Amino acid sequence: MQESVRRRVFPVVLILTAAFLGLYSFGVYKAYQSIDPFATESIGNGGEISLVDTQVLFSATLFGLSIFAVLFLGTVLAIFLTHAVVRGDAERGLLQPLVVRPVGRAALLAGRFGAAALVCAVYVILVYTASLLITHWVTGWWPDQIFLPAIELAVAIAVLVGISLFGSILLSSIANGIAIFMVFGAGLVAGLLGQIGEALNSDSLNTIANVASWALPFEALYQDALNRITSDTEGFTKVALSLGPFGGAQPAGAWLWPWVVVYLAALGLIGLWAFNRKDL
Amino acid sequence: MAAFRAQGLAKRYGNVTALGGVDLEVGEGELVGLLGPNGAGKSTLVKIACGLVRASAGSAEVAGAPAGSATARASLGYLAELFRFPGWYNADELLALHQRLAGSEGGADERAELLDLVGLSEAKTRKVEDMSKGMQQRLGIAQSLVGKPRLLFLDEPTSALDPVGRRTVRSLLEELRRRGVSVLLNSHLLSEVELVCDRVVILSKGLVVAAGRTEELARPRGVEVDTDEGTKLFESARREDAPKIVADLVGAGQNVYGVRVLETTLEEIYLEAVEGETS
Repeated sequence: MQESVRRRVFPVVLILTAAFLGLYSFGVYKAYQSIDPFATESIGNGGEISLVDTQVLFSATLFGLSIFAVLFLGTVLAIFLTHAVVRGDAERGLLQPLVVRPVGRAALLAGRFGAAALVCAVYVILVYTASLLITHWVTGWWPDQIFLPAIELAVAIAVLVGISLFGSILLSSIANGIAIFMVFGAGLVAGLLGQIGEALNSDSLNTIANVASWALPFEALYQDALNRITSDTEGFTKVALSLGPFGGAQPAGAWLWPWVVVYLAALGLIGLWAFNRKDL
Repeated sequence: MAAFRAQGLAKRYGNVTALGGVDLEVGEGELVGLLGPNGAGKSTLVKIACGLVRASAGSAEVAGAPAGSATARASLGYLAELFRFPGWYNADELLALHQRLAGSEGGADERAELLDLVGLSEAKTRKVEDMSKGMQQRLGIAQSLVGKPRLLFLDEPTSALDPVGRRTVRSLLEELRRRGVSVLLNSHLLSEVELVCDRVVILSKGLVVAAGRTEELARPRGVEVDTDEGTKLFESARREDAPKIVADLVGAGQNVYGVRVLETTLEEIYLEAVEGETS
Protein backbone atom coordinates (compact mmCIF):
# COMPACT_ATOMS: atom_id res chain seq x y z
CA MET A 1 0.00 0.00 0.00
CA GLN A 2 2.76 2.41 1.03
CA GLU A 3 4.69 1.47 -2.10
CA SER A 4 1.68 2.19 -4.29
CA VAL A 5 1.13 5.57 -2.65
CA ARG A 6 4.79 6.57 -2.85
CA ARG A 7 5.14 5.44 -6.45
CA ARG A 8 2.15 7.64 -7.28
CA VAL A 9 0.29 4.62 -8.60
CA PHE A 10 -2.92 5.63 -6.86
CA PRO A 11 -3.23 9.18 -8.22
CA VAL A 12 -2.74 7.87 -11.76
CA VAL A 13 -5.21 5.04 -11.22
CA LEU A 14 -7.72 7.40 -9.60
CA ILE A 15 -7.55 9.85 -12.50
CA LEU A 16 -7.97 7.13 -15.10
CA THR A 17 -10.76 5.47 -13.14
CA ALA A 18 -12.57 8.78 -12.74
CA ALA A 19 -12.25 9.27 -16.50
CA PHE A 20 -13.71 5.80 -17.12
CA LEU A 21 -16.60 6.34 -14.71
CA GLY A 22 -17.31 9.79 -16.18
CA LEU A 23 -17.44 8.38 -19.71
CA TYR A 24 -19.53 5.44 -18.54
CA SER A 25 -22.03 7.77 -16.83
CA PHE A 26 -22.28 9.97 -19.89
CA GLY A 27 -22.62 6.99 -22.23
CA VAL A 28 -25.29 5.25 -20.17
CA TYR A 29 -27.24 8.48 -19.72
CA LYS A 30 -27.21 9.41 -23.43
CA ALA A 31 -27.95 5.86 -24.58
CA TYR A 32 -30.84 5.48 -22.13
CA GLN A 33 -32.35 8.70 -23.44
CA SER A 34 -32.35 7.24 -26.95
CA ILE A 35 -34.43 4.16 -26.13
CA ASP A 36 -37.96 3.53 -24.87
CA PRO A 37 -37.41 1.36 -21.84
CA PHE A 38 -41.05 0.35 -21.67
CA ALA A 39 -41.60 -0.37 -25.38
CA THR A 40 -44.41 -2.80 -26.28
CA GLU A 41 -45.39 -4.82 -29.35
CA SER A 42 -48.91 -4.83 -30.88
CA ILE A 43 -50.58 -8.29 -30.76
CA GLY A 44 -53.20 -7.59 -33.43
CA ASN A 45 -56.49 -7.33 -31.48
CA GLY A 46 -55.76 -3.87 -30.25
CA GLY A 47 -53.76 -5.14 -27.31
CA GLU A 48 -50.08 -4.68 -26.63
CA ILE A 49 -47.52 -6.92 -25.03
CA SER A 50 -43.96 -6.45 -23.89
CA LEU A 51 -41.95 -9.39 -25.27
CA VAL A 52 -38.58 -8.08 -24.16
CA ASP A 53 -37.98 -5.99 -21.08
CA THR A 54 -35.99 -3.24 -22.78
CA GLN A 55 -34.92 -1.68 -19.49
CA VAL A 56 -33.37 -4.94 -18.30
CA LEU A 57 -31.81 -5.72 -21.68
CA PHE A 58 -30.28 -2.25 -21.90
CA SER A 59 -29.12 -2.03 -18.30
CA ALA A 60 -27.71 -5.56 -18.05
CA THR A 61 -25.82 -5.18 -21.34
CA LEU A 62 -24.22 -1.88 -20.34
CA PHE A 63 -23.50 -3.08 -16.83
CA GLY A 64 -21.92 -6.21 -18.37
CA LEU A 65 -19.73 -3.88 -20.40
CA SER A 66 -18.71 -2.05 -17.24
CA ILE A 67 -17.86 -5.38 -15.56
CA PHE A 68 -15.53 -6.15 -18.45
CA ALA A 69 -13.95 -2.69 -18.05
CA VAL A 70 -13.59 -3.21 -14.30
CA LEU A 71 -11.81 -6.51 -14.90
CA PHE A 72 -9.56 -4.89 -17.49
CA LEU A 73 -8.63 -1.95 -15.26
CA GLY A 74 -8.03 -4.31 -12.34
CA THR A 75 -5.82 -6.46 -14.56
CA VAL A 76 -3.73 -3.45 -15.59
CA LEU A 77 -3.24 -2.54 -11.92
CA ALA A 78 -2.42 -6.15 -10.99
CA ILE A 79 0.17 -6.48 -13.73
CA PHE A 80 1.89 -3.20 -12.94
CA LEU A 81 2.09 -4.06 -9.26
CA THR A 82 3.50 -7.55 -9.75
CA HIS A 83 5.12 -8.10 -13.13
CA ALA A 84 8.64 -7.37 -11.87
CA VAL A 85 8.47 -8.65 -8.30
CA VAL A 86 11.07 -11.40 -8.54
CA ARG A 87 13.25 -11.42 -11.63
CA GLY A 88 12.78 -7.76 -12.48
CA ASP A 89 13.58 -6.62 -8.93
CA ALA A 90 16.51 -9.06 -8.75
CA GLU A 91 17.96 -7.65 -11.98
CA ARG A 92 17.70 -4.13 -10.54
CA GLY A 93 19.30 -5.19 -7.24
CA LEU A 94 16.19 -4.42 -5.18
CA LEU A 95 15.48 -7.98 -4.11
CA GLN A 96 18.81 -9.22 -2.72
CA PRO A 97 18.91 -7.01 0.43
CA LEU A 98 15.43 -8.27 1.34
CA VAL A 99 15.93 -11.97 0.60
CA VAL A 100 19.01 -12.33 2.81
CA ARG A 101 16.93 -11.29 5.81
CA PRO A 102 15.61 -14.08 8.06
CA VAL A 103 12.01 -13.68 6.82
CA GLY A 104 13.01 -15.61 3.71
CA ARG A 105 11.62 -16.10 0.26
CA ALA A 106 8.29 -17.73 1.16
CA ALA A 107 7.26 -14.80 3.36
CA LEU A 108 8.38 -12.32 0.73
CA LEU A 109 6.34 -14.04 -1.99
CA ALA A 110 3.28 -14.43 0.24
CA GLY A 111 3.55 -10.82 1.38
CA ARG A 112 3.75 -9.47 -2.15
CA PHE A 113 0.81 -11.63 -3.24
CA GLY A 114 -1.32 -10.67 -0.25
CA ALA A 115 -0.63 -6.95 -0.61
CA ALA A 116 -1.17 -6.79 -4.38
CA ALA A 117 -4.27 -9.00 -4.25
CA LEU A 118 -5.76 -6.87 -1.48
CA VAL A 119 -5.10 -3.56 -3.25
CA CYS A 120 -6.47 -4.87 -6.56
CA ALA A 121 -9.50 -6.57 -4.98
CA VAL A 122 -10.49 -3.41 -3.09
CA TYR A 123 -10.06 -1.39 -6.26
CA VAL A 124 -12.20 -3.77 -8.33
CA ILE A 125 -14.99 -3.81 -5.73
CA LEU A 126 -15.01 -0.01 -5.49
CA VAL A 127 -15.19 0.51 -9.27
CA TYR A 128 -17.81 -2.25 -9.60
CA THR A 129 -19.89 -0.53 -6.94
CA ALA A 130 -19.52 2.85 -8.63
CA SER A 131 -20.60 1.37 -12.00
CA LEU A 132 -23.55 -0.34 -10.34
CA LEU A 133 -24.72 2.89 -8.71
CA ILE A 134 -24.33 4.84 -11.95
CA THR A 135 -26.34 2.24 -13.86
CA HIS A 136 -29.07 2.25 -11.22
CA TRP A 137 -29.10 6.05 -11.02
CA VAL A 138 -29.71 6.32 -14.78
CA THR A 139 -31.97 3.32 -15.44
CA GLY A 140 -33.41 2.40 -12.05
CA TRP A 141 -32.35 -1.22 -12.61
CA TRP A 142 -30.64 -3.51 -10.07
CA PRO A 143 -28.85 -6.73 -11.08
CA ASP A 144 -30.40 -10.02 -9.96
CA GLN A 145 -27.36 -10.59 -7.75
CA ILE A 146 -25.17 -7.78 -6.48
CA PHE A 147 -22.62 -9.06 -3.97
CA LEU A 148 -21.40 -12.38 -5.40
CA PRO A 149 -20.41 -10.90 -8.79
CA ALA A 150 -18.29 -8.31 -6.96
CA ILE A 151 -16.58 -11.00 -4.92
CA GLU A 152 -16.01 -13.13 -8.02
CA LEU A 153 -14.39 -10.20 -9.82
CA ALA A 154 -12.16 -9.57 -6.82
CA VAL A 155 -11.10 -13.22 -6.71
CA ALA A 156 -10.58 -13.19 -10.50
CA ILE A 157 -8.13 -10.32 -10.02
CA ALA A 158 -6.42 -12.22 -7.18
CA VAL A 159 -5.94 -15.14 -9.60
CA LEU A 160 -4.39 -12.76 -12.14
CA VAL A 161 -2.11 -11.38 -9.42
CA GLY A 162 -1.05 -14.96 -8.67
CA ILE A 163 -0.35 -15.72 -12.34
CA SER A 164 1.59 -12.48 -12.75
CA LEU A 165 3.68 -13.16 -9.62
CA PHE A 166 4.36 -16.69 -10.82
CA GLY A 167 5.42 -15.33 -14.20
CA SER A 168 7.72 -12.80 -12.54
CA ILE A 169 9.80 -15.69 -11.15
CA LEU A 170 10.46 -17.12 -14.60
CA LEU A 171 10.34 -14.16 -16.98
CA SER A 172 11.93 -10.75 -17.25
CA SER A 173 9.62 -7.91 -16.29
CA ILE A 174 8.75 -6.84 -19.85
CA ALA A 175 8.24 -10.40 -21.07
CA ASN A 176 6.04 -11.16 -18.07
CA GLY A 177 3.91 -8.04 -18.53
CA ILE A 178 3.31 -8.92 -22.17
CA ALA A 179 2.65 -12.57 -21.32
CA ILE A 180 0.04 -11.74 -18.68
CA PHE A 181 -1.80 -9.35 -20.99
CA MET A 182 -1.84 -12.11 -23.60
CA VAL A 183 -3.08 -14.66 -21.07
CA PHE A 184 -5.81 -12.21 -20.07
CA GLY A 185 -6.78 -11.72 -23.72
CA ALA A 186 -6.69 -15.46 -24.40
CA GLY A 187 -9.02 -16.07 -21.46
CA LEU A 188 -11.53 -13.51 -22.73
CA VAL A 189 -11.38 -14.87 -26.28
CA ALA A 190 -11.98 -18.40 -24.94
CA GLY A 191 -15.01 -17.09 -23.05
CA LEU A 192 -16.38 -15.49 -26.20
CA LEU A 193 -15.78 -18.74 -28.09
CA GLY A 194 -17.80 -20.52 -25.42
CA GLN A 195 -20.68 -18.07 -25.90
CA ILE A 196 -20.55 -18.56 -29.67
CA GLY A 197 -20.34 -22.32 -29.16
CA GLU A 198 -23.41 -22.17 -26.93
CA ALA A 199 -25.35 -20.20 -29.54
CA LEU A 200 -24.25 -22.51 -32.38
CA ASN A 201 -24.46 -25.64 -30.26
CA SER A 202 -20.84 -26.43 -31.13
CA ASP A 203 -19.24 -29.07 -28.89
CA SER A 204 -15.73 -28.18 -30.07
CA LEU A 205 -16.05 -24.51 -29.16
CA ASN A 206 -17.65 -25.40 -25.84
CA THR A 207 -14.79 -27.81 -25.06
CA ILE A 208 -12.20 -25.15 -25.88
CA ALA A 209 -13.99 -22.68 -23.62
CA ASN A 210 -14.27 -25.20 -20.80
CA VAL A 211 -10.60 -26.16 -20.93
CA ALA A 212 -9.62 -22.47 -21.01
CA SER A 213 -11.85 -21.75 -18.01
CA TRP A 214 -10.17 -24.50 -15.98
CA ALA A 215 -6.71 -23.44 -17.07
CA LEU A 216 -7.44 -19.75 -16.46
CA PRO A 217 -10.07 -19.63 -13.72
CA PHE A 218 -10.22 -15.83 -13.71
CA GLU A 219 -12.17 -16.23 -16.95
CA ALA A 220 -14.62 -18.68 -15.35
CA LEU A 221 -15.08 -16.27 -12.43
CA TYR A 222 -15.71 -13.38 -14.81
CA GLN A 223 -18.22 -15.42 -16.81
CA ASP A 224 -19.96 -16.53 -13.61
CA ALA A 225 -20.13 -12.93 -12.39
CA LEU A 226 -21.69 -11.86 -15.71
CA ASN A 227 -24.17 -14.71 -15.51
CA ARG A 228 -25.22 -13.80 -11.99
CA ILE A 229 -26.31 -10.24 -12.83
CA THR A 230 -29.21 -11.69 -14.86
CA SER A 231 -29.47 -15.08 -13.18
CA ASP A 232 -33.20 -14.70 -12.42
CA THR A 233 -34.15 -13.09 -15.75
CA GLU A 234 -36.30 -15.32 -17.94
CA GLY A 235 -38.21 -15.47 -21.23
CA PHE A 236 -37.46 -13.47 -24.35
CA THR A 237 -35.44 -10.95 -22.37
CA LYS A 238 -32.99 -13.71 -21.33
CA VAL A 239 -32.84 -14.97 -24.92
CA ALA A 240 -32.16 -11.46 -26.20
CA LEU A 241 -29.50 -10.96 -23.55
CA SER A 242 -27.77 -14.20 -24.47
CA LEU A 243 -27.33 -12.92 -28.04
CA GLY A 244 -25.31 -9.96 -26.82
CA PRO A 245 -21.58 -9.95 -26.02
CA PHE A 246 -22.12 -9.88 -22.25
CA GLY A 247 -25.33 -11.86 -21.86
CA GLY A 248 -24.37 -15.36 -22.93
CA ALA A 249 -22.08 -16.09 -20.02
CA GLN A 250 -22.41 -19.53 -18.49
CA PRO A 251 -22.58 -20.38 -14.78
CA ALA A 252 -19.38 -22.00 -13.60
CA GLY A 253 -20.82 -24.73 -11.41
CA ALA A 254 -20.08 -25.89 -7.88
CA TRP A 255 -16.47 -26.92 -8.54
CA LEU A 256 -15.29 -23.42 -9.40
CA TRP A 257 -14.48 -22.27 -5.86
CA PRO A 258 -12.60 -25.40 -4.77
CA TRP A 259 -10.72 -25.31 -8.06
CA VAL A 260 -9.74 -21.66 -7.54
CA VAL A 261 -8.37 -22.52 -4.09
CA VAL A 262 -6.42 -25.50 -5.46
CA TYR A 263 -5.22 -23.41 -8.41
CA LEU A 264 -3.90 -20.59 -6.22
CA ALA A 265 -2.29 -23.07 -3.80
CA ALA A 266 -0.61 -24.90 -6.68
CA LEU A 267 0.60 -21.62 -8.20
CA GLY A 268 2.01 -20.63 -4.81
CA LEU A 269 3.76 -23.94 -4.14
CA ILE A 270 5.24 -24.32 -7.63
CA GLY A 271 6.20 -20.65 -7.61
CA LEU A 272 7.91 -20.98 -4.24
CA TRP A 273 9.74 -24.09 -5.42
CA ALA A 274 10.99 -22.22 -8.48
CA PHE A 275 11.86 -19.13 -6.42
CA ASN A 276 13.81 -21.20 -3.90
CA ARG A 277 15.86 -22.74 -6.70
CA LYS A 278 16.51 -19.42 -8.37
CA ASP A 279 20.00 -17.94 -8.16
CA LEU A 280 19.84 -14.25 -7.40
CA MET B 1 33.61 -21.94 15.92
CA ALA B 2 34.38 -20.05 12.71
CA ALA B 3 32.05 -17.23 11.73
CA PHE B 4 32.16 -18.53 8.17
CA ARG B 5 33.52 -21.74 6.72
CA ALA B 6 33.49 -22.97 3.14
CA GLN B 7 34.70 -26.44 2.19
CA GLY B 8 35.13 -27.56 -1.38
CA LEU B 9 32.64 -24.91 -2.43
CA ALA B 10 31.88 -25.08 -6.15
CA LYS B 11 29.45 -23.38 -8.49
CA ARG B 12 28.91 -24.05 -12.15
CA TYR B 13 26.66 -22.08 -14.51
CA GLY B 14 26.23 -24.51 -17.39
CA ASN B 15 29.71 -25.07 -18.77
CA VAL B 16 31.20 -22.13 -16.88
CA THR B 17 32.86 -22.85 -13.55
CA ALA B 18 32.51 -19.82 -11.27
CA LEU B 19 33.96 -21.58 -8.23
CA GLY B 20 36.07 -24.69 -8.53
CA GLY B 21 36.21 -25.96 -4.95
CA VAL B 22 37.10 -23.26 -2.45
CA ASP B 23 38.15 -23.76 1.16
CA LEU B 24 37.93 -20.60 3.23
CA GLU B 25 37.44 -19.69 6.86
CA VAL B 26 36.70 -16.42 8.60
CA GLY B 27 37.34 -16.53 12.33
CA GLU B 28 35.36 -14.76 15.04
CA GLY B 29 36.19 -11.07 14.96
CA GLU B 30 38.49 -11.52 11.98
CA LEU B 31 38.59 -9.15 9.03
CA VAL B 32 39.41 -11.02 5.83
CA GLY B 33 39.96 -9.41 2.45
CA LEU B 34 38.76 -11.32 -0.60
CA LEU B 35 40.71 -10.32 -3.69
CA GLY B 36 40.72 -11.37 -7.29
CA PRO B 37 40.12 -10.14 -10.82
CA ASN B 38 36.63 -9.68 -12.23
CA GLY B 39 35.04 -13.08 -12.79
CA ALA B 40 37.28 -14.81 -10.25
CA GLY B 41 34.25 -15.98 -8.25
CA LYS B 42 34.34 -13.51 -5.34
CA SER B 43 30.73 -12.34 -5.62
CA THR B 44 29.51 -15.89 -6.27
CA LEU B 45 31.23 -17.04 -3.07
CA VAL B 46 29.59 -14.24 -1.07
CA LYS B 47 26.19 -14.90 -2.64
CA ILE B 48 26.38 -18.60 -1.73
CA ALA B 49 27.26 -17.60 1.83
CA CYS B 50 24.19 -15.34 1.94
CA GLY B 51 21.86 -17.96 0.45
CA LEU B 52 21.27 -16.02 -2.76
CA VAL B 53 22.96 -18.63 -4.95
CA ARG B 54 22.88 -22.41 -4.56
CA ALA B 55 26.24 -24.21 -4.53
CA SER B 56 26.83 -26.98 -7.08
CA ALA B 57 29.08 -28.86 -4.64
CA GLY B 58 30.74 -28.47 -1.27
CA SER B 59 29.36 -26.82 1.83
CA ALA B 60 29.23 -23.40 3.45
CA GLU B 61 28.36 -22.56 7.04
CA VAL B 62 27.59 -19.26 8.71
CA ALA B 63 27.93 -19.29 12.50
CA GLY B 64 27.70 -23.09 12.38
CA ALA B 65 24.44 -23.15 10.42
CA PRO B 66 24.14 -24.13 6.74
CA ALA B 67 24.44 -21.10 4.48
CA GLY B 68 21.01 -19.95 3.32
CA SER B 69 19.16 -21.27 6.37
CA ALA B 70 17.11 -18.85 8.46
CA THR B 71 19.60 -19.22 11.34
CA ALA B 72 22.50 -18.39 9.06
CA ARG B 73 20.70 -15.40 7.55
CA ALA B 74 19.86 -14.10 11.02
CA SER B 75 23.60 -14.02 11.83
CA LEU B 76 24.81 -12.05 8.84
CA GLY B 77 24.68 -8.66 7.24
CA TYR B 78 25.17 -8.19 3.51
CA LEU B 79 25.93 -5.38 1.16
CA ALA B 80 25.63 -6.45 -2.48
CA GLU B 81 27.97 -5.14 -5.16
CA LEU B 82 25.01 -4.00 -7.25
CA PHE B 83 22.09 -3.01 -5.10
CA ARG B 84 19.29 -0.50 -5.13
CA PHE B 85 16.85 0.62 -2.50
CA PRO B 86 13.32 1.82 -3.26
CA GLY B 87 13.65 5.51 -4.00
CA TRP B 88 10.54 6.56 -2.06
CA TYR B 89 11.96 5.52 1.34
CA ASN B 90 13.96 7.96 3.39
CA ALA B 91 17.06 6.71 5.21
CA ASP B 92 15.31 6.23 8.54
CA GLU B 93 12.34 4.40 6.98
CA LEU B 94 14.62 2.09 5.04
CA LEU B 95 16.50 1.10 8.19
CA ALA B 96 13.17 0.63 10.01
CA LEU B 97 12.03 -1.72 7.22
CA HIS B 98 15.19 -3.78 7.59
CA GLN B 99 14.80 -3.80 11.35
CA ARG B 100 11.38 -5.40 10.88
CA LEU B 101 12.73 -7.91 8.36
CA ALA B 102 15.68 -8.76 10.60
CA GLY B 103 13.59 -8.94 13.76
CA SER B 104 15.73 -6.25 15.38
CA GLU B 105 14.37 -4.55 18.46
CA GLY B 106 16.95 -1.76 18.34
CA GLY B 107 14.34 0.85 17.45
CA ALA B 108 15.16 4.50 16.82
CA ASP B 109 18.38 4.33 18.87
CA GLU B 110 19.87 1.65 16.63
CA ARG B 111 18.88 3.56 13.51
CA ALA B 112 20.41 6.78 14.79
CA GLU B 113 23.63 4.99 15.76
CA LEU B 114 23.95 3.32 12.36
CA LEU B 115 23.34 6.54 10.46
CA ASP B 116 25.94 8.22 12.65
CA LEU B 117 28.44 5.41 12.02
CA VAL B 118 28.24 5.94 8.26
CA GLY B 119 28.07 9.73 8.48
CA LEU B 120 24.45 10.09 7.41
CA SER B 121 22.91 11.56 10.55
CA GLU B 122 22.04 14.74 8.68
CA ALA B 123 20.33 12.77 5.92
CA LYS B 124 17.97 10.84 8.16
CA THR B 125 14.85 12.12 6.42
CA ARG B 126 16.29 12.38 2.95
CA LYS B 127 14.73 10.10 0.34
CA VAL B 128 16.96 7.48 -1.26
CA GLU B 129 16.16 8.88 -4.73
CA ASP B 130 17.57 12.24 -3.64
CA MET B 131 20.86 10.76 -2.39
CA SER B 132 24.13 10.60 -4.29
CA LYS B 133 25.54 7.17 -5.18
CA GLY B 134 28.08 7.49 -2.39
CA MET B 135 25.39 8.29 0.18
CA GLN B 136 23.35 5.32 -1.02
CA GLN B 137 26.40 3.11 -0.61
CA ARG B 138 26.92 4.32 2.95
CA LEU B 139 23.22 3.76 3.63
CA GLY B 140 23.73 0.25 2.24
CA ILE B 141 26.49 -0.35 4.75
CA ALA B 142 24.24 0.92 7.56
CA GLN B 143 21.48 -1.41 6.33
CA SER B 144 23.88 -4.36 6.44
CA LEU B 145 24.58 -3.63 10.12
CA VAL B 146 20.92 -3.69 11.19
CA GLY B 147 20.33 -6.28 13.90
CA LYS B 148 23.98 -6.39 15.02
CA PRO B 149 25.13 -9.25 12.75
CA ARG B 150 28.03 -11.47 13.85
CA LEU B 151 29.33 -11.66 10.32
CA LEU B 152 29.35 -9.06 7.61
CA PHE B 153 29.74 -9.70 3.87
CA LEU B 154 30.70 -6.50 2.07
CA ASP B 155 30.92 -6.76 -1.70
CA GLU B 156 32.82 -3.75 -3.05
CA PRO B 157 31.58 -1.39 -0.32
CA THR B 158 33.79 1.51 -1.38
CA SER B 159 33.37 1.36 -5.15
CA ALA B 160 31.25 4.52 -5.33
CA LEU B 161 32.90 6.43 -2.51
CA ASP B 162 35.23 9.42 -2.63
CA PRO B 163 38.40 9.42 -0.49
CA VAL B 164 36.54 10.86 2.52
CA GLY B 165 33.83 8.21 2.20
CA ARG B 166 36.49 5.51 1.98
CA ARG B 167 38.12 6.77 5.13
CA THR B 168 34.70 6.67 6.85
CA VAL B 169 34.29 3.04 5.83
CA ARG B 170 37.83 2.23 6.98
CA SER B 171 37.10 3.74 10.39
CA LEU B 172 33.84 1.80 10.48
CA LEU B 173 35.65 -1.47 9.75
CA GLU B 174 38.11 -0.78 12.53
CA GLU B 175 35.19 -0.05 14.87
CA LEU B 176 33.56 -3.34 13.84
CA ARG B 177 36.79 -5.17 14.57
CA ARG B 178 36.77 -3.63 18.06
CA ARG B 179 33.21 -4.90 18.52
CA GLY B 180 34.22 -8.43 17.49
CA VAL B 181 32.26 -8.50 14.25
CA SER B 182 33.72 -10.77 11.56
CA VAL B 183 33.98 -9.26 8.09
CA LEU B 184 34.61 -10.74 4.65
CA LEU B 185 35.53 -7.74 2.53
CA ASN B 186 35.40 -8.22 -1.22
CA SER B 187 37.29 -5.41 -2.89
CA HIS B 188 39.48 -4.39 -5.78
CA LEU B 189 41.11 -1.65 -3.74
CA LEU B 190 44.26 -3.36 -2.55
CA SER B 191 45.39 -0.38 -0.49
CA GLU B 192 42.13 -0.44 1.50
CA VAL B 193 42.41 -4.17 2.08
CA GLU B 194 46.06 -3.90 3.11
CA LEU B 195 45.21 -1.19 5.63
CA VAL B 196 42.36 -2.88 7.44
CA CYS B 197 42.36 -6.64 6.87
CA ASP B 198 43.91 -9.26 9.12
CA ARG B 199 44.25 -11.75 6.29
CA VAL B 200 43.75 -11.82 2.56
CA VAL B 201 42.46 -14.57 0.29
CA ILE B 202 43.15 -14.25 -3.41
CA LEU B 203 40.88 -16.00 -5.88
CA SER B 204 41.64 -16.59 -9.52
CA LYS B 205 39.49 -18.57 -11.95
CA GLY B 206 37.35 -19.87 -9.11
CA LEU B 207 40.25 -21.17 -7.00
CA VAL B 208 42.18 -19.88 -3.98
CA VAL B 209 45.64 -19.07 -5.30
CA ALA B 210 47.02 -17.37 -2.18
CA ALA B 211 45.88 -16.90 1.40
CA GLY B 212 47.39 -15.61 4.61
CA ARG B 213 48.50 -12.50 6.46
CA THR B 214 50.09 -9.89 4.21
CA GLU B 215 53.40 -10.26 6.07
CA GLU B 216 53.35 -14.01 5.56
CA LEU B 217 52.68 -13.66 1.86
CA ALA B 218 55.30 -10.97 1.37
CA ARG B 219 58.76 -11.91 0.10
CA PRO B 220 61.95 -9.99 1.03
CA ARG B 221 63.29 -7.76 -1.72
CA GLY B 222 66.46 -6.64 -0.01
CA VAL B 223 67.64 -3.75 2.15
CA GLU B 224 67.95 -0.18 0.90
CA VAL B 225 70.38 2.22 2.57
CA ASP B 226 70.78 5.99 2.04
CA THR B 227 74.46 7.00 2.29
CA ASP B 228 76.80 9.85 1.24
CA GLU B 229 77.17 8.06 -2.10
CA GLY B 230 73.45 7.78 -2.71
CA THR B 231 70.97 4.94 -2.20
CA LYS B 232 72.40 1.44 -2.19
CA LEU B 233 70.29 -1.69 -2.63
CA PHE B 234 71.42 -4.97 -1.07
CA GLU B 235 69.08 -7.33 -2.98
CA SER B 236 69.74 -10.60 -1.20
CA ALA B 237 69.77 -9.06 2.29
CA ARG B 238 66.99 -9.62 4.84
CA ARG B 239 65.82 -7.67 7.87
CA GLU B 240 68.31 -9.39 10.19
CA ASP B 241 71.20 -8.40 7.89
CA ALA B 242 70.48 -4.66 8.25
CA PRO B 243 72.63 -3.96 11.41
CA LYS B 244 75.69 -5.61 9.85
CA ILE B 245 75.22 -3.71 6.57
CA VAL B 246 75.00 -0.43 8.47
CA ALA B 247 78.02 -1.31 10.63
CA ASP B 248 80.09 -2.21 7.55
CA LEU B 249 79.15 1.04 5.80
CA VAL B 250 79.94 3.15 8.87
CA GLY B 251 83.17 1.20 9.31
CA ALA B 252 84.05 2.06 5.74
CA GLY B 253 83.69 5.76 6.62
CA GLN B 254 80.29 6.42 5.10
CA ASN B 255 77.44 8.27 6.79
CA VAL B 256 74.13 6.39 6.87
CA TYR B 257 70.95 8.51 6.67
CA GLY B 258 68.25 5.86 6.31
CA VAL B 259 67.65 2.11 6.17
CA ARG B 260 64.62 0.41 4.62
CA VAL B 261 63.84 -3.29 4.65
CA LEU B 262 62.03 -4.00 1.38
CA GLU B 263 59.25 -6.54 0.92
CA THR B 264 56.83 -7.24 -1.89
CA THR B 265 53.67 -5.13 -1.63
CA LEU B 266 50.17 -6.57 -1.63
CA GLU B 267 49.83 -5.37 -5.20
CA GLU B 268 52.91 -7.35 -6.22
CA ILE B 269 51.68 -10.38 -4.28
CA TYR B 270 48.31 -10.07 -6.00
CA LEU B 271 49.73 -9.69 -9.49
CA GLU B 272 52.02 -12.68 -9.00
CA ALA B 273 49.13 -14.77 -7.65
CA VAL B 274 46.74 -14.03 -10.48
CA GLU B 275 49.56 -14.04 -13.05
CA GLY B 276 48.44 -10.74 -14.53
CA GLU B 277 44.94 -12.07 -15.20
CA THR B 278 42.27 -9.45 -15.77
CA SER B 279 38.68 -9.57 -16.88
